[in-house]
Amino acid sequence: MAKEALFGKTLSELQKIVADFGLPAYTARQITGWLYQKDITTIDEMSNLSKNARLLLNEHYAFGLTPFTKVQTSTDGTRKYLFAAGDMKFIETAYIPEVERATLCVSSQVGCKMGCLFCMTGKQGFQTNLTAGQIINQVRSIPETDKLTNLVYMGMGEPLDNIDEVMKSLEIMTAEWGYGWSPKRITVSTIGIIPAMRLFLAQSQCHLAVSMHTPFEEERQRLMPIENVYKLSEVLEIIRNFDLGRQRRVSFEYIMFKGINDTPRHVKELARILNGIRCRINLIRFHPIPGTPLESSTDEVIEQFMVALNEKDIRTTLRASRGQDIFAACGLLSTKELVKRQQEDY
Amino acid sequence: MSLKEYKVIANDEIAPGVFVLRYRRNFTFIPGQVVAVALHPAHQPRLYSIASGMQDDDVWLLYNIRPQGELTPPLSEAKAGDSIFASAPTGSFYGKAAPAVWIATGTGIAPFVSMWRSGIRRNKLLIHGGRFLHSFYFEEQFKEILGENYIRCCSNDSGDGVFHGRLTTWLQKQQHLPTDRKYYLCGSAEMVVETRDILIEKQISYDNIVAEIYF
Repeated sequence: MAKEALFGKTLSELQKIVADFGLPAYTARQITGWLYQKDITTIDEMSNLSKNARLLLNEHYAFGLTPFTKVQTSTDGTRKYLFAAGDMKFIETAYIPEVERATLCVSSQVGCKMGCLFCMTGKQGFQTNLTAGQIINQVRSIPETDKLTNLVYMGMGEPLDNIDEVMKSLEIMTAEWGYGWSPKRITVSTIGIIPAMRLFLAQSQCHLAVSMHTPFEEERQRLMPIENVYKLSEVLEIIRNFDLGRQRRVSFEYIMFKGINDTPRHVKELARILNGIRCRINLIRFHPIPGTPLESSTDEVIEQFMVALNEKDIRTTLRASRGQDIFAACGLLSTKELVKRQQEDY
Repeated sequence: MSLKEYKVIANDEIAPGVFVLRYRRNFTFIPGQVVAVALHPAHQPRLYSIASGMQDDDVWLLYNIRPQGELTPPLSEAKAGDSIFASAPTGSFYGKAAPAVWIATGTGIAPFVSMWRSGIRRNKLLIHGGRFLHSFYFEEQFKEILGENYIRCCSNDSGDGVFHGRLTTWLQKQQHLPTDRKYYLCGSAEMVVETRDILIEKQISYDNIVAEIYF
């Protein structure tokens, strides 16, 4: 059986481990320094730990980094990395360089349970939750680690359906003993799992992005089964009543589907339901997936939609499509790899 | 989500590893709604569809034990008189009187049992998938009235009047599925996504597909 990974442990978890080993309490902070602030890959390289400490750690734990197994590079510089996350399980991570920033889009689950109609990841079904270590490993184990300016939890999976590990990963990313990132550089996306969203809002300072895609309940039910359980109207009510302060940002993701959610009626309703919420809307072009009945709105319609929303004083941006030649939208590469491995298996 | 304490009235194993837990109802609900359940008010609750009808005095929850789960192994040990903590009903996977196709796997049958027991019975085709012959919970009540409109698909066992194979295989074999009615799906994400893809391929408009996913 593989040894448990140290990478991905929080300071408090490491404090317990060192206490159980009978090691000095300060050893935990020494370990976090090696795990998250220095460029080493083995326990043996933790040179300020006692020999006994290294021996004990090696006996029970692995350092825990996982290299990527595949990379695709787009003509626009976007890179998609494939990581193994257990037997026959794969996740994708997208590195998106821009002129003034470089964003990494990380996965939080292998597959997804949410079954959104427009999503490729959902077609894999749900396989497993990623650990905090597997989430942070996506940041650490790519060549561009030092160039990253922003981190978005918008890859495979629904982050707030894996709230415990996502919160741990955010703690590691933002703590002074961890990577020490400002929470303002991190955005967590959700389709609106209300209990977990409340916890995230209360216990994190990171930005929130809500996948909305239509302001109308019945339309959203057809696109996103979650609407049958946790309604967008309740999600908005919680956000409206939460004191986000001046720094924290809420955005709404809105994929543009031709003839479905791109009409003046939708603009009017968006203005109504977002009244009183300081937010912005990110419009996204839809890149069709196999077998989908949905099509993307035309560029002209998207432009008109954006102008109409801005005229209603809703700050609206259009997300640039990146990495189209490598299908940077999540799910396609890992699904292909999964099918390939399954075919090899039988 | 605020949880209230309820006393368990019964917690019966109706098939291997599958239970119906009952507690007294003190609220109204719409068939198809869910409640959040925990064994302690501080625990993260899990959502379960109500399986009882609107006229039943008790709330029925149909669940199976997930060996790695935090809730269901101890929940299966609950006895009459023990406390559980449950939310008010929520959700909008509502049963309606209009003709419809109900599709479920395993304990995903729960909302349809509730609809059925609430009197929503006419013009329904029910397709239920299960691994074993004992996986067709509440089959007696459906068999009696639905007759040929009750399709059981069993992937691991063979039995009289039961399609041997997965529910999705049965759907794929159908030449003509009605396109003028709603399809209600309840089950795992894998089942819902695969079934939805098959239905769309068979010219069912996605507008007519309503899904409830376990998570």
